[in-house]
Amino acid sequence: MSKTNTGEGCQKMKLITAIIKPFKLDDVRKAISDVGVQGVTVTEVRGFGRQRGHTEIYRGAEYAVEFVPKTKIEIAVADPLAEQVIEAITKSAQTGKVGDGKIFVFDLAQVVRIRTGERDASAI
Amino acid sequence: MTKLSRLACLGLLALSVHTVWADDAPATATPTASAPSAVAPAAAPPAPTEPVLVGFDKINSGDTAWMLTSTALVLMMTIPGLALFYGGMVRKKNVLATLMQSFAITCVVTILWWVIGYSWAFTPGTNPYLVGGTSRALLGGMLYQHDAMKLTVSHLGLTVPETVYAMFQLTFAIITPALICGSFADRMKFSSMLIFMAVWSLVVYSPIAHWVWEPSGWLAAKGVLDFAGGTVVHINAGIAGLASCLIMGKRLGYPKEAMPPYNLTYTVIGASLLWVGWFGFNAGSAVASDGRAGMAMLATQIATASAALGWMFAEWISKGKPSVLGIASGAVAGLVAITPASGFVGPSASVIIGVVAGVVCFLSATSLKSALGYDDSLDAFGVHCVGGIIGALLTGVFASKEISGSDGSVLTQLWGVGTTLIYGFTVSSIILKIIDVTIGLRVTEEQEREGLDISQHGERIE
Repeated sequence: MSKTNTGEGCQKMKLITAIIKPFKLDDVRKAISDVGVQGVTVTEVRGFGRQRGHTEIYRGAEYAVEFVPKTKIEIAVADPLAEQVIEAITKSAQTGKVGDGKIFVFDLAQVVRIRTGERDASAI
Repeated sequence: MTKLSRLACLGLLALSVHTVWADDAPATATPTASAPSAVAPAAAPPAPTEPVLVGFDKINSGDTAWMLTSTALVLMMTIPGLALFYGGMVRKKNVLATLMQSFAITCVVTILWWVIGYSWAFTPGTNPYLVGGTSRALLGGMLYQHDAMKLTVSHLGLTVPETVYAMFQLTFAIITPALICGSFADRMKFSSMLIFMAVWSLVVYSPIAHWVWEPSGWLAAKGVLDFAGGTVVHINAGIAGLASCLIMGKRLGYPKEAMPPYNLTYTVIGASLLWVGWFGFNAGSAVASDGRAGMAMLATQIATASAALGWMFAEWISKGKPSVLGIASGAVAGLVAITPASGFVGPSASVIIGVVAGVVCFLSATSLKSALGYDDSLDAFGVHCVGGIIGALLTGVFASKEISGSDGSVLTQLWGVGTTLIYGFTVSSIILKIIDVTIGLRVTEEQEREGLDISQHGERIE
Protein backbone atom coordinates (compact mmCIF):
# COMPACT_ATOMS: atom_id res chain seq x y z
CA MET A 1 0.00 0.00 0.00
CA SER A 2 2.64 2.50 -0.97
CA LYS A 3 0.86 3.85 -4.00
CA THR A 4 1.76 7.52 -4.34
CA ASN A 5 -0.43 10.27 -5.66
CA THR A 6 -0.28 10.89 -9.37
CA GLY A 7 0.16 14.45 -10.62
CA GLU A 8 -3.54 14.53 -11.32
CA GLY A 9 -4.22 13.58 -7.70
CA CYS A 10 -2.48 16.66 -6.39
CA GLN A 11 -5.28 18.81 -7.72
CA LYS A 12 -7.04 20.64 -4.92
CA MET A 13 -10.49 19.53 -3.81
CA LYS A 14 -13.34 20.88 -1.71
CA LEU A 15 -15.96 19.26 0.47
CA ILE A 16 -19.20 21.19 0.22
CA THR A 17 -21.70 20.61 3.03
CA ALA A 18 -25.09 22.23 2.71
CA ILE A 19 -28.00 22.28 5.17
CA ILE A 20 -31.21 22.79 3.21
CA LYS A 21 -34.96 22.62 3.56
CA PRO A 22 -36.02 18.99 3.10
CA PHE A 23 -38.53 19.71 0.36
CA LYS A 24 -35.80 21.41 -1.72
CA LEU A 25 -33.74 18.24 -2.01
CA ASP A 26 -34.98 17.21 -5.45
CA ASP A 27 -34.40 20.68 -6.90
CA VAL A 28 -30.89 20.74 -5.48
CA ARG A 29 -30.10 17.26 -6.77
CA LYS A 30 -31.13 18.28 -10.26
CA ALA A 31 -29.19 21.57 -10.15
CA ILE A 32 -25.92 19.99 -9.02
CA SER A 33 -26.24 17.15 -11.56
CA ASP A 34 -26.61 19.77 -14.25
CA VAL A 35 -23.25 21.35 -13.35
CA GLY A 36 -21.55 17.93 -13.40
CA VAL A 37 -21.57 16.62 -9.84
CA GLN A 38 -21.17 12.82 -9.87
CA GLY A 39 -22.27 11.93 -6.36
CA VAL A 40 -23.82 13.24 -3.19
CA THR A 41 -24.49 11.98 0.35
CA VAL A 42 -27.83 12.95 1.92
CA THR A 43 -28.68 12.83 5.64
CA GLU A 44 -31.83 13.81 7.53
CA VAL A 45 -30.78 16.10 10.37
CA ARG A 46 -32.31 18.40 12.98
CA GLY A 47 -31.06 21.68 14.28
CA PHE A 48 -31.77 25.28 14.97
CA GLY A 49 -30.73 28.58 13.45
CA ARG A 50 -32.55 31.84 13.08
CA GLN A 51 -35.69 30.00 12.04
CA ARG A 52 -37.71 29.45 15.19
CA GLY A 53 -39.08 26.02 16.09
CA HIS A 54 -42.77 25.40 16.46
CA THR A 55 -45.28 24.24 19.04
CA GLU A 56 -47.06 20.90 18.93
CA ILE A 57 -50.23 20.30 20.93
CA TYR A 58 -51.40 16.79 21.82
CA ARG A 59 -54.67 16.72 23.76
CA GLY A 60 -53.91 20.06 25.27
CA ALA A 61 -50.29 19.29 26.18
CA GLU A 62 -48.04 21.78 24.43
CA TYR A 63 -44.50 20.89 23.45
CA ALA A 64 -42.01 23.37 22.04
CA VAL A 65 -40.12 21.71 19.21
CA GLU A 66 -36.85 23.59 19.14
CA PHE A 67 -35.03 21.55 16.53
CA VAL A 68 -36.28 21.90 13.00
CA PRO A 69 -35.94 18.99 10.55
CA LYS A 70 -33.42 19.74 7.78
CA THR A 71 -31.57 17.84 5.10
CA LYS A 72 -27.77 17.79 4.97
CA ILE A 73 -25.99 17.13 1.67
CA GLU A 74 -22.29 16.50 1.26
CA ILE A 75 -20.49 16.80 -2.06
CA ALA A 76 -16.79 16.34 -2.84
CA VAL A 77 -15.64 18.23 -5.93
CA ALA A 78 -12.45 19.29 -7.67
CA ASP A 79 -11.64 22.96 -6.98
CA PRO A 80 -12.66 24.39 -10.36
CA LEU A 81 -16.17 23.00 -9.98
CA ALA A 82 -16.71 24.28 -6.44
CA GLU A 83 -17.96 27.74 -7.26
CA GLN A 84 -20.49 26.42 -9.77
CA VAL A 85 -21.81 23.89 -7.29
CA ILE A 86 -22.17 26.51 -4.56
CA GLU A 87 -24.06 28.71 -6.97
CA ALA A 88 -26.29 25.82 -8.09
CA ILE A 89 -27.19 24.98 -4.49
CA THR A 90 -27.81 28.58 -3.55
CA LYS A 91 -30.14 29.11 -6.47
CA SER A 92 -32.03 25.86 -6.21
CA ALA A 93 -32.46 25.79 -2.44
CA GLN A 94 -33.53 29.37 -2.05
CA THR A 95 -37.06 30.38 -1.01
CA GLY A 96 -36.11 33.78 0.36
CA LYS A 97 -37.49 32.99 3.81
CA VAL A 98 -35.67 32.40 7.09
CA GLY A 99 -34.60 28.76 7.34
CA ASP A 100 -33.28 28.23 3.81
CA GLY A 101 -30.07 26.86 5.34
CA LYS A 102 -26.32 27.28 4.94
CA ILE A 103 -23.42 26.02 2.87
CA PHE A 104 -20.08 25.15 4.48
CA VAL A 105 -17.01 24.67 2.30
CA PHE A 106 -13.91 22.80 3.48
CA ASP A 107 -10.54 22.00 1.91
CA LEU A 108 -10.47 18.29 1.29
CA ALA A 109 -7.20 16.48 2.00
CA GLN A 110 -7.75 13.17 0.30
CA VAL A 111 -10.32 11.04 -1.52
CA VAL A 112 -10.05 7.28 -2.09
CA ARG A 113 -12.33 5.17 -4.24
CA ILE A 114 -12.65 1.95 -2.29
CA ARG A 115 -13.34 -0.31 -5.28
CA THR A 116 -10.17 0.55 -7.21
CA GLY A 117 -7.94 2.33 -4.74
CA GLU A 118 -7.86 5.40 -7.01
CA ARG A 119 -7.01 8.62 -5.24
CA ASP A 120 -8.19 12.21 -5.20
CA ALA A 121 -9.54 13.86 -8.37
CA SER A 122 -9.79 10.59 -10.25
CA ALA A 123 -11.65 9.12 -7.30
CA ILE A 124 -14.30 11.83 -7.12
CA MET B 1 -41.62 -20.95 41.75
CA THR B 2 -42.00 -18.67 44.75
CA LYS B 3 -43.25 -16.06 42.35
CA LEU B 4 -45.97 -18.42 41.19
CA SER B 5 -47.11 -19.22 44.69
CA ARG B 6 -47.17 -15.56 45.59
CA LEU B 7 -49.24 -15.05 42.49
CA ALA B 8 -51.73 -17.66 43.59
CA CYS B 9 -51.95 -16.16 47.09
CA LEU B 10 -52.63 -12.79 45.57
CA GLY B 11 -55.49 -14.18 43.53
CA LEU B 12 -57.05 -15.84 46.57
CA LEU B 13 -56.60 -12.73 48.62
CA ALA B 14 -58.29 -10.57 46.05
CA LEU B 15 -61.13 -13.03 45.78
CA SER B 16 -61.70 -13.07 49.52
CA VAL B 17 -61.58 -9.27 49.61
CA HIS B 18 -64.31 -9.31 47.06
CA THR B 19 -66.41 -11.77 49.04
CA VAL B 20 -66.12 -9.71 52.20
CA TRP B 21 -67.25 -6.60 50.40
CA ALA B 22 -70.11 -8.31 48.68
CA ASP B 23 -71.30 -9.87 51.94
CA ASP B 24 -71.64 -6.41 53.38
CA ALA B 25 -73.62 -5.17 50.47
CA PRO B 26 -77.14 -6.43 51.26
CA ALA B 27 -77.09 -4.45 54.48
CA THR B 28 -76.88 -1.20 52.56
CA ALA B 29 -79.78 -1.70 50.19
CA THR B 30 -82.81 -3.91 49.95
CA PRO B 31 -82.84 -6.44 47.16
CA THR B 32 -85.71 -6.26 44.72
CA ALA B 33 -84.87 -9.29 42.66
CA SER B 34 -87.06 -10.98 40.08
CA ALA B 35 -88.02 -7.83 38.19
CA PRO B 36 -87.40 -8.24 34.48
CA SER B 37 -84.26 -6.70 33.03
CA ALA B 38 -84.55 -3.81 30.67
CA VAL B 39 -82.13 -5.46 28.29
CA ALA B 40 -83.73 -8.88 28.29
CA PRO B 41 -85.17 -9.48 24.86
CA ALA B 42 -88.90 -9.78 24.58
CA ALA B 43 -89.70 -13.48 24.24
CA ALA B 44 -92.78 -15.65 24.29
CA PRO B 45 -93.85 -16.38 27.87
CA PRO B 46 -92.80 -17.96 30.06
CA ALA B 47 -89.37 -16.44 29.51
CA PRO B 48 -86.57 -18.60 30.87
CA THR B 49 -84.43 -17.11 33.61
CA GLU B 50 -81.39 -19.24 32.98
CA PRO B 51 -79.71 -20.86 29.98
CA VAL B 52 -81.91 -23.58 28.52
CA LEU B 53 -81.68 -26.51 26.12
CA VAL B 54 -83.81 -25.94 23.02
CA GLY B 55 -84.32 -27.55 19.63
CA PHE B 56 -82.34 -26.44 16.59
CA ASP B 57 -85.55 -24.95 15.18
CA LYS B 58 -85.57 -22.23 17.86
CA ILE B 59 -82.38 -20.73 16.42
CA ASN B 60 -82.87 -17.77 14.10
CA SER B 61 -80.27 -17.84 11.39
CA GLY B 62 -80.47 -14.08 10.73
CA ASP B 63 -79.85 -13.26 14.38
CA THR B 64 -77.08 -15.82 14.60
CA ALA B 65 -75.36 -14.52 11.48
CA TRP B 66 -75.39 -10.99 12.83
CA MET B 67 -74.14 -12.05 16.26
CA LEU B 68 -71.28 -14.05 14.73
CA THR B 69 -70.38 -10.96 12.72
CA SER B 70 -70.71 -8.64 15.73
CA THR B 71 -68.47 -10.87 17.78
CA ALA B 72 -65.72 -10.64 15.19
CA LEU B 73 -66.21 -6.88 14.95
CA VAL B 74 -65.90 -6.35 18.70
CA LEU B 75 -62.76 -8.49 18.93
CA MET B 76 -61.35 -6.33 16.14
CA MET B 77 -61.92 -3.31 18.38
CA THR B 78 -59.31 -4.57 20.85
CA ILE B 79 -56.88 -6.26 18.48
CA PRO B 80 -55.86 -4.43 16.46
CA GLY B 81 -58.13 -1.39 17.05
CA LEU B 82 -57.42 -0.32 20.61
CA ALA B 83 -53.86 -1.68 20.44
CA LEU B 84 -53.09 0.67 17.54
CA PHE B 85 -55.08 3.56 19.00
CA TYR B 86 -52.96 3.44 22.15
CA GLY B 87 -49.77 2.22 20.45
CA GLY B 88 -49.60 5.27 18.21
CA MET B 89 -50.00 7.65 21.14
CA VAL B 90 -47.10 6.49 23.31
CA ARG B 91 -43.44 7.27 22.78
CA LYS B 92 -41.41 5.12 20.41
CA LYS B 93 -39.75 3.16 23.22
CA ASN B 94 -43.11 1.92 24.50
CA VAL B 95 -45.03 1.11 21.32
CA LEU B 96 -44.52 -2.67 21.34
CA ALA B 97 -45.24 -2.93 25.06
CA THR B 98 -48.51 -1.06 24.54
CA LEU B 99 -49.55 -3.33 21.67
CA MET B 100 -48.57 -6.30 23.80
CA GLN B 101 -50.86 -5.24 26.66
CA SER B 102 -54.00 -5.44 24.52
CA PHE B 103 -52.90 -8.68 22.93
CA ALA B 104 -51.99 -10.42 26.18
CA ILE B 105 -55.18 -9.25 27.90
CA THR B 106 -57.15 -10.77 25.02
CA CYS B 107 -55.55 -14.12 25.73
CA VAL B 108 -55.76 -14.03 29.53
CA VAL B 109 -59.39 -12.92 29.67
CA THR B 110 -60.37 -15.58 27.14
CA ILE B 111 -59.04 -18.30 29.41
CA LEU B 112 -60.66 -16.79 32.51
CA TRP B 113 -63.97 -16.51 30.65
CA TRP B 114 -63.77 -20.22 30.01
CA VAL B 115 -62.86 -20.96 33.64
CA ILE B 116 -65.57 -18.98 35.46
CA GLY B 117 -65.95 -15.43 34.07
CA TYR B 118 -68.89 -16.17 31.79
CA SER B 119 -70.67 -18.22 34.43
CA TRP B 120 -70.30 -15.50 37.08
CA ALA B 121 -71.48 -12.79 34.73
CA PHE B 122 -74.30 -14.37 32.77
CA THR B 123 -75.94 -17.10 34.80
CA PRO B 124 -78.42 -16.36 37.58
CA GLY B 125 -77.01 -16.32 41.10
CA THR B 126 -78.56 -16.91 44.46
CA ASN B 127 -77.74 -13.44 45.82
CA PRO B 128 -78.34 -10.41 43.56
CA TYR B 129 -75.41 -8.57 45.14
CA LEU B 130 -72.91 -11.30 44.42
CA VAL B 131 -71.95 -12.96 41.17
CA GLY B 132 -73.91 -15.47 39.11
CA GLY B 133 -73.82 -19.22 39.47
CA THR B 134 -71.23 -21.81 38.58
CA SER B 135 -73.31 -23.83 36.13
CA ARG B 136 -71.10 -22.67 33.27
CA ALA B 137 -67.74 -23.15 35.02
CA LEU B 138 -65.27 -24.33 32.36
CA LEU B 139 -68.22 -23.65 30.05
CA GLY B 140 -69.71 -26.92 31.20
CA GLY B 141 -73.35 -27.37 30.33
CA MET B 142 -72.98 -25.37 27.15
CA LEU B 143 -74.26 -27.99 24.77
CA TYR B 144 -74.53 -28.68 21.09
CA GLN B 145 -76.08 -32.10 20.45
CA HIS B 146 -75.98 -33.09 16.82
CA ASP B 147 -78.10 -36.25 16.98
CA ALA B 148 -80.67 -34.96 19.45
CA MET B 149 -80.84 -31.73 17.43
CA LYS B 150 -80.72 -29.68 20.60
CA LEU B 151 -78.45 -26.93 21.87
CA THR B 152 -78.35 -24.47 24.74
CA VAL B 153 -79.28 -20.81 24.43
CA SER B 154 -78.74 -18.02 26.95
CA HIS B 155 -81.84 -16.55 28.55
CA LEU B 156 -80.41 -13.22 27.34
CA GLY B 157 -80.45 -14.26 23.68
CA LEU B 158 -82.98 -16.96 22.97
CA THR B 159 -82.55 -17.09 19.20
CA VAL B 160 -78.79 -17.56 19.01
CA PRO B 161 -76.67 -20.48 20.23
CA GLU B 162 -75.25 -19.96 23.72
CA THR B 163 -71.78 -20.48 22.26
CA VAL B 164 -72.27 -17.37 20.14
CA TYR B 165 -73.68 -15.36 23.04
CA ALA B 166 -70.79 -16.35 25.31
CA MET B 167 -68.26 -15.46 22.60
CA PHE B 168 -69.96 -12.13 21.96
CA GLN B 169 -69.87 -11.26 25.65
CA LEU B 170 -66.27 -12.46 25.88
CA THR B 171 -65.20 -9.75 23.44
CA PHE B 172 -66.67 -7.16 25.85
CA ALA B 173 -64.88 -8.74 28.77
CA ILE B 174 -61.67 -8.43 26.74
CA ILE B 175 -61.90 -4.81 25.71
CA THR B 176 -62.83 -3.50 29.16
CA PRO B 177 -59.54 -4.27 30.94
CA ALA B 178 -57.62 -3.39 27.77
CA LEU B 179 -59.07 0.12 27.98
CA ILE B 180 -57.56 0.60 31.44
CA CYS B 181 -54.06 0.35 29.95
CA GLY B 182 -54.40 3.90 28.64
CA SER B 183 -54.13 5.32 32.14
CA PHE B 184 -50.88 3.67 33.20
CA ALA B 185 -49.14 3.64 29.82
CA ASP B 186 -45.33 3.76 29.80
CA ARG B 187 -44.71 2.66 33.40
CA MET B 188 -46.36 -0.58 34.54
CA LYS B 189 -44.51 -3.88 34.86
CA PHE B 190 -45.86 -6.41 32.41
CA SER B 191 -46.07 -9.17 35.03
CA SER B 192 -47.99 -6.94 37.43
CA MET B 193 -50.29 -5.84 34.65
CA LEU B 194 -51.16 -9.45 33.82
CA ILE B 195 -51.98 -10.24 37.45
CA PHE B 196 -53.99 -7.06 37.90
CA MET B 197 -56.02 -7.66 34.76
CA ALA B 198 -56.70 -11.30 35.60
CA VAL B 199 -57.93 -10.50 39.09
CA TRP B 200 -59.81 -7.41 37.94
CA SER B 201 -61.61 -9.33 35.24
CA LEU B 202 -63.02 -11.76 37.80
CA VAL B 203 -63.68 -9.54 40.81
CA VAL B 204 -64.70 -6.32 39.09
CA TYR B 205 -65.85 -7.00 35.55
CA SER B 206 -67.86 -10.17 36.08
CA PRO B 207 -69.82 -8.88 39.12
CA ILE B 208 -70.68 -5.55 37.51
CA ALA B 209 -71.69 -7.19 34.23
CA HIS B 210 -73.83 -9.54 36.31
CA TRP B 211 -75.47 -6.78 38.36
CA VAL B 212 -76.31 -4.64 35.33
CA TRP B 213 -77.04 -7.15 32.58
CA GLU B 214 -78.13 -10.45 34.11
CA PRO B 215 -81.81 -10.14 35.12
CA SER B 216 -81.16 -11.48 38.63
CA GLY B 217 -78.51 -8.79 39.25
CA TRP B 218 -79.61 -6.00 41.57
CA LEU B 219 -78.96 -3.07 39.22
CA ALA B 220 -80.82 -4.78 36.38
CA ALA B 221 -83.68 -5.33 38.81
CA LYS B 222 -83.65 -1.65 39.69
CA GLY B 223 -84.17 -0.83 36.02
CA VAL B 224 -80.74 0.59 35.25
CA LEU B 225 -80.45 0.92 31.47
CA ASP B 226 -77.16 0.06 29.81
CA PHE B 227 -77.70 -1.11 26.28
CA ALA B 228 -74.14 -1.97 25.29
CA GLY B 229 -71.89 -1.24 28.24
CA GLY B 230 -71.56 2.46 29.03
CA THR B 231 -71.53 1.54 32.70
CA VAL B 232 -70.20 -2.02 32.65
CA VAL B 233 -67.44 -1.33 30.14
CA HIS B 234 -66.59 2.35 29.99
CA ILE B 235 -67.24 3.84 33.43
CA ASN B 236 -65.83 0.64 34.86
CA ALA B 237 -62.60 0.75 32.84
CA GLY B 238 -62.22 4.51 33.22
CA ILE B 239 -62.49 4.55 37.00
CA ALA B 240 -60.06 1.63 37.29
CA GLY B 241 -57.77 3.70 35.08
CA LEU B 242 -58.01 6.65 37.44
CA ALA B 243 -57.25 4.39 40.41
CA SER B 244 -54.21 3.00 38.61
CA CYS B 245 -52.72 6.34 37.61
CA LEU B 246 -53.29 7.76 41.09
CA ILE B 247 -51.65 4.79 42.80
CA MET B 248 -48.78 4.42 40.35
CA GLY B 249 -48.00 8.10 40.06
CA LYS B 250 -46.91 10.13 37.08
CA ARG B 251 -44.56 9.10 34.31
CA LEU B 252 -40.98 10.25 34.84
CA GLY B 253 -40.65 13.74 33.48
CA TYR B 254 -44.40 14.41 33.30
CA PRO B 255 -45.48 17.12 32.64
CA LYS B 256 -42.16 18.87 31.99
CA GLU B 257 -40.62 16.61 29.36
CA ALA B 258 -42.06 16.42 25.88
CA MET B 259 -43.85 13.12 25.33
CA PRO B 260 -44.88 13.28 21.70
CA PRO B 261 -46.88 10.41 20.20
CA TYR B 262 -44.81 7.94 18.19
CA ASN B 263 -47.10 7.82 15.17
CA LEU B 264 -50.59 9.27 15.05
CA THR B 265 -51.23 7.34 11.83
CA TYR B 266 -51.58 4.23 14.00
CA THR B 267 -53.89 6.12 16.31
CA VAL B 268 -56.18 7.19 13.46
CA ILE B 269 -56.23 3.64 12.06
CA GLY B 270 -57.00 2.38 15.56
CA ALA B 271 -59.79 4.91 16.10
CA SER B 272 -61.26 4.00 12.72
CA LEU B 273 -61.20 0.29 13.55
CA LEU B 274 -62.86 1.11 16.87
CA TRP B 275 -65.57 3.07 15.06
CA VAL B 276 -66.35 0.26 12.62
CA GLY B 277 -66.07 -2.41 15.31
CA TRP B 278 -68.43 -0.45 17.52
CA PHE B 279 -71.31 -1.33 15.21
CA GLY B 280 -70.86 -4.87 16.49
CA PHE B 281 -70.63 -3.54 20.04
CA ASN B 282 -73.81 -1.42 19.95
CA ALA B 283 -75.98 -2.88 17.20
CA GLY B 284 -74.84 -6.36 18.28
CA SER B 285 -76.12 -5.66 21.78
CA ALA B 286 -79.67 -6.01 20.42
CA VAL B 287 -78.74 -9.74 20.27
CA ALA B 288 -80.92 -9.83 17.18
CA SER B 289 -80.81 -8.82 13.57
CA ASP B 290 -83.75 -6.48 13.86
CA GLY B 291 -85.02 -2.93 13.79
CA ARG B 292 -83.61 -2.11 17.18
CA ALA B 293 -80.16 -3.15 16.01
CA GLY B 294 -80.67 -0.84 13.04
CA MET B 295 -81.64 2.05 15.30
CA ALA B 296 -78.64 1.38 17.53
CA MET B 297 -76.32 1.45 14.51
CA LEU B 298 -77.80 4.71 13.27
CA ALA B 299 -77.55 6.33 16.71
CA THR B 300 -73.93 5.17 16.96
CA GLN B 301 -72.93 6.71 13.65
CA ILE B 302 -74.65 10.04 14.32
CA ALA B 303 -73.37 10.42 17.89
CA THR B 304 -69.82 9.57 16.85
CA ALA B 305 -69.77 12.11 14.06
CA SER B 306 -71.28 14.77 16.37
CA ALA B 307 -68.74 14.13 19.10
CA ALA B 308 -65.80 14.15 16.68
CA LEU B 309 -66.94 17.53 15.37
CA GLY B 310 -67.67 18.75 18.90
CA TRP B 311 -64.12 17.96 20.06
CA MET B 312 -62.61 19.32 16.85
CA PHE B 313 -64.37 22.68 17.06
CA ALA B 314 -63.82 22.99 20.81
CA GLU B 315 -60.10 22.47 20.25
CA TRP B 316 -60.00 24.69 17.19
CA ILE B 317 -61.59 27.54 19.13
CA SER B 318 -59.54 27.15 22.31
CA LYS B 319 -56.15 25.99 21.01
CA GLY B 320 -56.12 27.46 17.51
CA LYS B 321 -55.85 24.27 15.45
CA PRO B 322 -58.14 21.31 14.78
CA SER B 323 -55.85 18.36 15.52
CA VAL B 324 -55.95 14.86 14.07
CA LEU B 325 -55.57 13.36 17.54
CA GLY B 326 -58.45 15.60 18.61
CA ILE B 327 -60.97 14.49 16.02
CA ALA B 328 -60.04 10.83 16.57
CA SER B 329 -60.38 11.23 20.36
CA GLY B 330 -63.72 12.97 19.88
CA ALA B 331 -65.00 10.08 17.81
CA VAL B 332 -64.07 7.65 20.58
CA ALA B 333 -65.75 9.89 23.17
CA GLY B 334 -68.93 9.83 21.08
CA LEU B 335 -68.79 6.05 20.68
CA VAL B 336 -68.42 5.71 24.44
CA ALA B 337 -71.28 8.05 25.27
CA ILE B 338 -73.75 6.50 22.83
CA THR B 339 -72.94 2.99 24.04
CA PRO B 340 -75.48 2.89 26.90
CA ALA B 341 -77.99 4.96 24.93
CA SER B 342 -77.97 3.21 21.56
CA GLY B 343 -81.03 1.01 21.40
CA PHE B 344 -82.95 3.40 23.66
CA VAL B 345 -82.70 6.72 21.81
CA GLY B 346 -83.43 8.13 18.37
CA PRO B 347 -81.25 10.11 15.97
CA SER B 348 -81.87 13.60 17.39
CA ALA B 349 -80.98 12.59 20.93
CA SER B 350 -77.84 10.99 19.48
CA VAL B 351 -76.69 14.34 18.12
CA ILE B 352 -77.06 15.95 21.55
CA ILE B 353 -75.34 13.06 23.35
CA GLY B 354 -72.52 13.22 20.81
CA VAL B 355 -71.92 16.96 21.00
CA VAL B 356 -72.01 17.01 24.80
CA ALA B 357 -69.61 14.05 24.96
CA GLY B 358 -67.21 15.58 22.44
CA VAL B 359 -66.97 18.93 24.19
CA VAL B 360 -66.98 17.69 27.80
CA CYS B 361 -64.44 14.92 27.12
CA PHE B 362 -62.21 17.47 25.41
CA LEU B 363 -62.33 19.56 28.55
CA SER B 364 -61.78 16.59 30.86
CA ALA B 365 -58.81 15.26 28.87
CA THR B 366 -57.17 18.67 28.67
CA SER B 367 -58.20 21.23 31.33
CA LEU B 368 -59.46 18.91 34.08
CA LYS B 369 -56.44 16.64 33.85
CA SER B 370 -53.91 19.44 34.04
CA ALA B 371 -55.89 21.21 36.78
CA LEU B 372 -55.97 18.10 39.00
CA GLY B 373 -52.47 16.99 38.09
CA TYR B 374 -52.92 13.22 37.69
CA ASP B 375 -51.18 11.54 34.77
CA ASP B 376 -53.95 9.65 32.97
CA SER B 377 -51.51 9.15 30.12
CA LEU B 378 -53.86 8.30 27.25
CA ASP B 379 -57.05 9.54 28.92
CA ALA B 380 -58.79 6.28 29.69
CA PHE B 381 -60.51 8.10 32.56
CA GLY B 382 -60.98 11.40 30.76
CA VAL B 383 -62.65 9.81 27.75
CA HIS B 384 -64.12 6.49 28.86
CA CYS B 385 -65.27 7.24 32.40
CA VAL B 386 -66.42 10.78 31.71
CA GLY B 387 -67.97 9.82 28.36
CA GLY B 388 -69.59 6.79 29.97
CA ILE B 389 -71.16 8.91 32.72
CA ILE B 390 -72.48 11.42 30.19
CA GLY B 391 -73.96 8.58 28.16
CA ALA B 392 -75.45 6.78 31.14
CA LEU B 393 -77.14 9.89 32.52
CA LEU B 394 -78.35 11.15 29.14
CA THR B 395 -79.80 7.70 28.49
CA GLY B 396 -82.01 8.43 31.47
CA VAL B 397 -83.01 11.73 29.89
CA PHE B 398 -83.57 10.63 26.31
CA ALA B 399 -84.64 6.96 26.48
CA SER B 400 -87.64 6.59 24.21
CA LYS B 401 -90.44 4.27 25.24
CA GLU B 402 -91.41 3.91 21.59
CA ILE B 403 -88.00 2.53 20.63
CA SER B 404 -87.14 0.46 23.67
CA GLY B 405 -90.30 -0.15 25.64
CA SER B 406 -88.62 1.34 28.71
CA ASP B 407 -88.74 4.78 30.26
CA GLY B 408 -85.43 6.16 31.39
CA SER B 409 -84.85 7.79 34.75
CA VAL B 410 -81.77 9.80 35.57
CA LEU B 411 -82.14 8.81 39.21
CA THR B 412 -82.13 5.11 38.37
CA GLN B 413 -79.17 5.65 36.06
CA LEU B 414 -77.31 7.28 38.94
CA TRP B 415 -77.52 4.00 40.82
CA GLY B 416 -75.62 2.29 38.03
CA VAL B 417 -73.08 5.10 37.69
CA GLY B 418 -72.52 5.51 41.43
CA THR B 419 -72.21 1.81 42.16
CA THR B 420 -69.71 1.29 39.36
CA LEU B 421 -67.66 4.31 40.41
CA ILE B 422 -67.50 3.34 44.06
CA TYR B 423 -67.13 -0.41 43.66
CA GLY B 424 -64.75 -0.10 40.70
CA PHE B 425 -62.53 2.49 42.35
CA THR B 426 -62.41 0.71 45.71
CA VAL B 427 -61.77 -2.81 44.52
CA SER B 428 -59.36 -1.74 41.76
CA SER B 429 -57.38 0.25 44.33
CA ILE B 430 -57.24 -2.71 46.70
CA ILE B 431 -55.98 -5.07 44.00
CA LEU B 432 -53.41 -2.52 42.86
CA LYS B 433 -52.20 -1.86 46.41
CA ILE B 434 -51.78 -5.56 47.12
CA ILE B 435 -49.73 -6.03 43.95
CA ASP B 436 -47.74 -2.92 44.77
CA VAL B 437 -46.63 -4.15 48.19
CA THR B 438 -45.93 -7.70 47.00
CA ILE B 439 -44.22 -7.60 43.61
CA GLY B 440 -44.46 -3.89 42.76
CA LEU B 441 -46.55 -2.20 40.08
CA ARG B 442 -44.01 -0.01 38.46
CA VAL B 443 -40.84 -0.63 36.49
CA THR B 444 -37.60 0.81 37.88
CA GLU B 445 -36.62 4.33 36.97
CA GLU B 446 -33.90 3.03 34.69
CA GLN B 447 -36.28 0.67 32.92
CA GLU B 448 -38.79 3.44 32.46
CA ARG B 449 -36.18 5.71 30.90
CA GLU B 450 -34.99 2.92 28.66
CA GLY B 451 -38.55 2.12 27.64
CA LEU B 452 -40.85 -0.82 28.24
CA ASP B 453 -40.14 -2.40 24.86
CA ILE B 454 -36.56 -3.24 25.75
CA SER B 455 -36.92 -3.61 29.51
CA GLN B 456 -40.08 -5.76 29.53
CA HIS B 457 -39.93 -7.59 26.22
CA GLY B 458 -36.35 -7.37 24.95
CA GLU B 459 -37.45 -5.99 21.62
CA ARG B 460 -37.62 -2.64 19.91
CA ILE B 461 -38.76 -1.01 16.72
CA GLU B 462 -36.65 1.08 14.39
